Amino acid sequence: MRRALGGLTLVLLGLTVYLGLVVTPPRPDQGGEAVRLLYVHVPAAWIAYLAFGVTAVASILWLVPRTRRAEWDLLAGASAEVGVVFAGLMLVTGSIWGKPTWGTWWEWDARLTSAAILFFLYLGYLALRRTGATAAERGTRCAVAALVAAADIPIVHFSVSWWQTLHQDATVFNRDLDVKISGSMALALVCGVVAYTLAYAWLVLTRLEVAQLEEGREERALAQAIAERTAAGTVTA
Amino acid sequence: MSLGRDAVLVAAKDLRIEARSRVALQQIVPFGTVIVILFAFALDADRDLLRRTAPGLFWTAVLLAALLAVGRSAGVEEANRARDGLRLSGLDGAAVFLGKAGAVAVELVVFEVVLGAAVVIMYGVTVHGILVMVCAALAATVGIAAVGTVYAVLAGGLRARETLVPLLVLPAVTPVMLGATRSFEAALGLSAVDGWAWVQLLAAYAVLAVVAGVIGFGPLLEES
Amino acid sequence: MSSIRLRSAVCTLGRFPALAGVDLDVEAGEVVLLSGPNGAGKTTLLRLCAGLLPLRSGTAEVLGSDLARDRRAIRRRIALVGHETFCYDDLTVSENARFAARAGGRTADDADAALARVGLEPLAGVAHGRLSQGQRRRLSLALALARDPALLLLDEPHAGLDDRGREALDAVLGAAPAEARTVLVASHEVERTRPLVTREVRLVGGRIAAAEPVGKRES
Repeated sequence: MRRALGGLTLVLLGLTVYLGLVVTPPRPDQGGEAVRLLYVHVPAAWIAYLAFGVTAVASILWLVPRTRRAEWDLLAGASAEVGVVFAGLMLVTGSIWGKPTWGTWWEWDARLTSAAILFFLYLGYLALRRTGATAAERGTRCAVAALVAAADIPIVHFSVSWWQTLHQDATVFNRDLDVKISGSMALALVCGVVAYTLAYAWLVLTRLEVAQLEEGREERALAQAIAERTAAGTVTA
Repeated sequence: MSLGRDAVLVAAKDLRIEARSRVALQQIVPFGTVIVILFAFALDADRDLLRRTAPGLFWTAVLLAALLAVGRSAGVEEANRARDGLRLSGLDGAAVFLGKAGAVAVELVVFEVVLGAAVVIMYGVTVHGILVMVCAALAATVGIAAVGTVYAVLAGGLRARETLVPLLVLPAVTPVMLGATRSFEAALGLSAVDGWAWVQLLAAYAVLAVVAGVIGFGPLLEES
Repeated sequence: MSSIRLRSAVCTLGRFPALAGVDLDVEAGEVVLLSGPNGAGKTTLLRLCAGLLPLRSGTAEVLGSDLARDRRAIRRRIALVGHETFCYDDLTVSENARFAARAGGRTADDADAALARVGLEPLAGVAHGRLSQGQRRRLSLALALARDPALLLLDEPHAGLDDRGREALDAVLGAAPAEARTVLVASHEVERTRPLVTREVRLVGGRIAAAEPVGKRES
């Protein structure tokens, strides 16, 4: 199943590249050829937020005693590991696209700034995940951290947007990376979003499988240690 | 209500420890004042620049001091396994959270008053809207203390606590930094921004942060 | 009426299986001695009963309630005397005792009375950080007694205890059945403790090796 998903992902990614580089037109007012980064930047942004959402939901499932299973903790971690890459990609493409558009490598616009904070929230969460070898050890603290961060993200976004409206004096150029989408651009964008979502799913499933193998190995080692101790105990009675 | 009484009990305990050990007074307050001086060096003692950036510099110093304060608040429970004592006592996790965060908030307010005086003196700012300033500071402090306390107990038993807590706390409190700085700018007459609107944001953040702590602190305390 | 009921309890500390399947029954009013070599899991067993450690598998019931579900309610009725005092070095003995008592739903008077019972009132104003090992042991005992627990868990209470403390400890153990208090005490001082207990349970390698009634008192 995963292989089919992987194959489909590659096809759609290839299609997106073709559409983005060949079919769609450049936009002189929005950075010329650099506007093609839109087809990476927007899907990456979507995944960056989607991934954190998945981490948050998986964290809730871990925290509720009735639904608590190691798989939820592993899913939360896998999604975050993939999400951080897309968040980084979003920042980098946003910056590179900004250079010809704004003339600078960075602007404190609402989207990029919020994305930067999201990136660091990811980093903090991933640092916490390294503090325990099994889901049981790190599960609760990571889950709470993920939920606090997830609740924080909309607040960050809101406050940063509001902050930026204060700076909306009459400026020469459009500071936001907003582009009027039409025709082939819309197609390329949609294709990109779908392709990236499939890529995310494939990456998370793969990472999850590795995580389950790791967790399984820990569990087996633990079960063996328990069995050894149990056997040794009965001998000395 | 028993929750309130227990929270006051825990807060009083933490504040009494602080009164005895005087760590906040003798270490964190001087730390903050040194930061204020460092900023002056960094900005070439440009009085006009310092005056205009005073709100941002002030709140940066407060955030850094808050990291120390919540770290200390969590650290106090490490010696003699006091954390196990809190768990064994049967106290509600919410009460422990409210008490500890409350104590941190009180310490931060004292810190802010002293630091504020230092900034007024060294940067030459004049205060126009004292009420906005006080409300903004209180709301911001509650938010910082609440979020900081949650993350500090979360990382409490870990060896990397001192480096993890800043990484966790600082991105999470950026809305507070924005709101507090903007409303202080309004209070100091540095901008025409509506300070009270930002105070509302700070208040909303504070409420959410306290709710998060009340819910999450108990489970976190159980995980050593 | 059961005080402690463990069935196939498995408890892991990281990767180490400290308890590898323990079955234990302790009835109300019993004074049970938990003996065994170092590393057998005595401390782990006591901490498990106090609800400080999660079970990896098996069941645990303390004072009639499931440990995983009703932890807070159980904790109000038990007390643990461990290797650490759970106190704050910057506060005085009296302040620590009062905080612990109030946190456990008792009053400052209960705290003062408990300090008197172990002979610590002269040190009431001394900072916890300045106490000696023996004084800390007595303080631990006092804090536990102030809670008037239905179940008292003692982890090596004789270690580092001075003569005054030993008197107090023996008095507590001796008075337990009359006070309807269940006591589970882990100790190396088997010979000294045997006369005061109703039963001895031997823990080896994370499992119960032997359990037999012993001592002059009938349960």
